[in-house]
Amino acid sequence: MIDDRQDLLLQVNGARRRVSAEGSDTLLTVLRDQLGLTGAKRGCNQGVCGSCTVEVDGWPVRGCLSLAAACEGHEIVTIEGTGRDPVMAVLQRQFVVRGAVQCGFCTPGMLISARRLLQDQPRPDAEAVQAALSGNICRCTGYRKIIDAVLAAAEELAQ
Amino acid sequence: MAEFAVVGSSAPRLDGLEKATGRAVYVDDMTRPGLLHGAVLRSAYAHARIVAIDTAAALALPGVHCVLTGEDFPHRYGAFVQDEVALARDRVRYVGEPVAVLAAETPALARQAAALIAVDYEELPAVMTPEEALAPDAPLVHADFAGYARRVAVPLPPNVCAATTISEGDVDAAFAGCDVVVEGTYRTQAQVHCYLEPCGALAEADAAGKVTIWSSCQSVFRVQATVAEILGLPMARIRAVAAKVGGAFGGKSDVTVQPLAAALALRTRRPVRLVLTRDDDFMMMRTRHPATVWMKTGAMADGRLVARAARLTLDGGAYAEDSSAVLGFALLIARGPYRIEHVRMEGRVAYTNRLRAAGFRGYGNPQVTFAGECQIDEIAARLGRDPLDLRLQNAVRAGDDWVGGQRIEACGLVDCLERLRAALPPAAPGRGIGVACVAHISGILSTSAIVRVLEDGTVTLSTGAVDLGEGADTVLAQICAETLGLPLDRINYAVPDTDGSPYNWSTGGSRVTYMVGRAVTAAAGQARDRLFGHAAEMLECAAGDLELRPGGRVGIAGVPGPEITFRDISARAHWAVGGPIIGSASVMFEGGGFDPKRSAVTGNGIGKLGAFVFGAQAAEVEVDAVTGRIAVSRLWAAHDVGRAINPTAVAGQIAGGVAQGLGYALYEDLRFDGPNPANPTLMDYKVPGATEMPEIIPIIVEHPEPSGPFGAKGIGEPPLVPVAPAIANAVAALHGVRLRTLPLTPERVLAALDEA
Repeated sequence: MIDDRQDLLLQVNGARRRVSAEGSDTLLTVLRDQLGLTGAKRGCNQGVCGSCTVEVDGWPVRGCLSLAAACEGHEIVTIEGTGRDPVMAVLQRQFVVRGAVQCGFCTPGMLISARRLLQDQPRPDAEAVQAALSGNICRCTGYRKIIDAVLAAAEELAQ
Repeated sequence: MAEFAVVGSSAPRLDGLEKATGRAVYVDDMTRPGLLHGAVLRSAYAHARIVAIDTAAALALPGVHCVLTGEDFPHRYGAFVQDEVALARDRVRYVGEPVAVLAAETPALARQAAALIAVDYEELPAVMTPEEALAPDAPLVHADFAGYARRVAVPLPPNVCAATTISEGDVDAAFAGCDVVVEGTYRTQAQVHCYLEPCGALAEADAAGKVTIWSSCQSVFRVQATVAEILGLPMARIRAVAAKVGGAFGGKSDVTVQPLAAALALRTRRPVRLVLTRDDDFMMMRTRHPATVWMKTGAMADGRLVARAARLTLDGGAYAEDSSAVLGFALLIARGPYRIEHVRMEGRVAYTNRLRAAGFRGYGNPQVTFAGECQIDEIAARLGRDPLDLRLQNAVRAGDDWVGGQRIEACGLVDCLERLRAALPPAAPGRGIGVACVAHISGILSTSAIVRVLEDGTVTLSTGAVDLGEGADTVLAQICAETLGLPLDRINYAVPDTDGSPYNWSTGGSRVTYMVGRAVTAAAGQARDRLFGHAAEMLECAAGDLELRPGGRVGIAGVPGPEITFRDISARAHWAVGGPIIGSASVMFEGGGFDPKRSAVTGNGIGKLGAFVFGAQAAEVEVDAVTGRIAVSRLWAAHDVGRAINPTAVAGQIAGGVAQGLGYALYEDLRFDGPNPANPTLMDYKVPGATEMPEIIPIIVEHPEPSGPFGAKGIGEPPLVPVAPAIANAVAALHGVRLRTLPLTPERVLAALDEA
């Protein structure tokens, strides 16, 4: 194995975090294994399931497809870093109350994608929600309650 | 006013916020001081003799602590046929079968080391389909089959791991007297569970050699028993604890990687976490049984269904696992929820050199119900009858018997069909509507519960039932709260842990609400009686005069005045009189089975199953005549759950099951390219996404089951089952073509349209 470990300075959830990473280490690996931020999940590690979704500079990205070294100088936000965001708080509450959470493995990624949607489009219709969540696989809920929860959150936030 | 305070309310799931904030801990999120990481080496051959394994290069890497091979796992296991080993020994029987496992300082190092293990194989001819496996002189998947211990020890042909027949009445005579007979062969595919969380376990041994295994599993007790069997250790030396489970659907019912992690932990004396990659999970784990179902159904001119025969061939893959029971259940349920007097169901499970087939939401039911419900529509078409009417005419009712003689105690099937009919839109051009019914069971085996009243009057409920995401813990806590008159937030649902939880067989068979719910009702009732015993002494009255009052208080019925709180009673019990208040209960499903006076049965792998559950669905589809693509726009799903303890959770099970049924109907299919899985990634194996979901309209029907907790029975599996036949029937209604092979891909649709 080539040891190309290097120190990185990452901006994660509003704090500067120093990590030591291989060149091939993904953002997901660094977040989970070095920073203990395990909210983003490793569902496929192939960039398909979306359970590793985190925000980089405000955009939902696949943590498993992003190299950690390429994230230096960018603002990274994980589900753990959204605790003070009122949009996320409403989304989380609606997800829980409306039964949008079952096994929960997809939930953090879903919420990150949904938050971005509501920031861009405060009153989406069901189709827009489906499109925004099309990169996040859920195997439990059949999506309907997730879509309902996002729509209900939008409505609550609009009031 | 509501009949109940907590039961029947859509309480948010207990761990909802924990999951929505990312704080829920799945096994891959766990760590321990000194943690090592496991990796598995898989077989590259479908069938080969292992000549030699050289682990020296892997072990020579600094940071690699231990490499295990098949020699380290001498004990065979298997619920029905003892044909399984934790790691391949002497032979590999499918591409992807684990051959070696190791522990190293980092996950990357573990994977690198696995690649350095050199295995010398001598390739053997493989059988990749039941046709190949059952051909004369086919290579044997298990050359030592005759020497394996088996639970159902009937003689079997080569490469067959289970064969069963069930018959009642005189089928041949009945067919001879039928006015209409339909006959056809239906084929279904390998659906992969695709739980979003890959299988994983973390194991740690203490100085005395006791191993604790945290894992993603459907039953900590199955893990404990099977790991003990595989490692040759007493169960008392194995402790299994449930981590949060990221979906299972039957795929985590038996052990996955727990025995490997436990063996590594015992050998290294370090904690070891072994979590499969998605790639490993696809290649090593399990699928639904692919099936070929020949079926024949006969009816009279007036629509009465009188006879059904079926011959089922399941592809069991390389190891038998649950195949005997899947086959037996498929044959039991193949009659469908209709009053058909004459039946003959025969089936067998073939060994092939593919990854093993296993229990998967529906457990053999989706395969036979696809055939059976298509045939109801085929008969309706021949008789010129409305398919829904024909089903109503023949539907089983409460008081009827199932095949084998078990009485159907409660049955909302007619209600489901009526509610469905009321919900359906009028016919519209270009849109077809198809209907299908499902019968299933809810029950199986034993379970237990312990209700402990804590010093402050709040309650800890222990059941050993693992919540896989469906919300079983919430529903069980609701049942406990209702029985004790407590608000839900006074109930603590204990994490399933074989060291502390009472036995529960498993989360499967749509059984937790019904079976564990019964145990919780009884245990909480016993705790209530003991609370009343104290209260009677404290209030100086007869226990029979007492009543529960909301919020954990006891008073005298009809007397508004004096009340005692659970806190006061429990303090008395803990510190002065009698000792802590604990209620406990054990239950076993003991009904059902086959009455030998009415059924002729051979090779049966199933026992007493459970209460019957029913449902009916309708799918509205459009078919693109150019591409052949089926678009499902709406799906109505009416299911009788006895009583909905938590309506949101019930609707969630319905929608989730329908989504998996939609994937099964339209695109999910693990294909093989020669010996190799051709699409073992989530990129190539398509599971439904948010944009593919139709509108799903759940219709909850409640015909209380007399033996169920508050009348409830299960809903976990049934919603998946009728989706595929409902869609196929809708396509037939629209275009007059009968599709008999799943999934209903655009290619198959186009081919059928071309033929028509």
